[in-house]
Amino acid sequence: MPETAICAPAVEVDVRGPRFAAAVTVVVLAVALLTIGSATAAVLLAIQTIVFALGAFVGLRAQPYGVLFRKVVQPRLAPATEFEAAAPPRFAALVGFIFTAVALLGLVAGVTAVAYVAVAGALAAAFLNAAFGFCLGCEIYLIGKRVFARSVSV
Amino acid sequence: MGDGTMLGFVLLIAVLAAATAFGLWRKRTDGQMKSVSVAAPLPVADDDPEVDVTTPSAAEHGGERLSADLLGSALGEQATLVQFSTAFCQPCRATRRILDEAATLVPGTTHIEIDAEAHLDLVRQLDIRRTPTVLVLDARGVIFKRAVGLPRKADVIAALGQVTAP
Repeated sequence: MPETAICAPAVEVDVRGPRFAAAVTVVVLAVALLTIGSATAAVLLAIQTIVFALGAFVGLRAQPYGVLFRKVVQPRLAPATEFEAAAPPRFAALVGFIFTAVALLGLVAGVTAVAYVAVAGALAAAFLNAAFGFCLGCEIYLIGKRVFARSVSV
Repeated sequence: MGDGTMLGFVLLIAVLAAATAFGLWRKRTDGQMKSVSVAAPLPVADDDPEVDVTTPSAAEHGGERLSADLLGSALGEQATLVQFSTAFCQPCRATRRILDEAATLVPGTTHIEIDAEAHLDLVRQLDIRRTPTVLVLDARGVIFKRAVGLPRKADVIAALGQVTAP
């Protein structure tokens, strides 16, 4: 039994859930990227923005792709062995939300260049997460703290 | 619409190719034990592909010396594994398991885990940018090697072997 120190009341999730959600996101954003300029892209981006928002602001249990994972995929898999905190995937969803919201605004404003760049960026992050388990939040979290937080020495 | 699809397709391929290249590079360099030397000014850039990883003994390296006071914990008799972690960092947990096992396997080795957020001064001083970051110290507390990202257990044990070699 892996030793995980759960002293803080952090929400823990099966690590495969967020990876699955990232994979679905990759597919959605890939199609959106290919159809920018059409209504399809706008609809897909609107859906993805809502999906991200739910994950970021409400919680992972509200994230539709996560729900899909738990209801349909997880029962077919071996029981979860690795868990991670919910905070990093929620942060990733927040970053994704910003990107897709900007893309939508770009589409609405008729500046498709913005939409292309924003969707490409969100796609890159989702792909890195799905394919390599790359944790964007972990990467920038400490750098952010170093820059913004006051010195702390225990 | 044809032009848009073409552009979208080209972008898609470009993004996936670039992301794959980056992901593979990270997989290769993550957790690599890199020697810390006086020649290069601290910190050793963890994304520098030219870093020489040949390994003279710790005595020939002038890495920074960390004291037990600074670390808040006693040093190992032969070697110390210092792990910088943050909360919610899943690779940090896996690293903790690996370092604990290595410390058990190699006598005289102590594993110290430091919460990076609670020691920002030390983090800035040692230029810790990501977690997990693992520092391998010799018996005197001099930094011998540094690994950024989840290390491989074999690499940790090899580094311990080098730092404890007579």
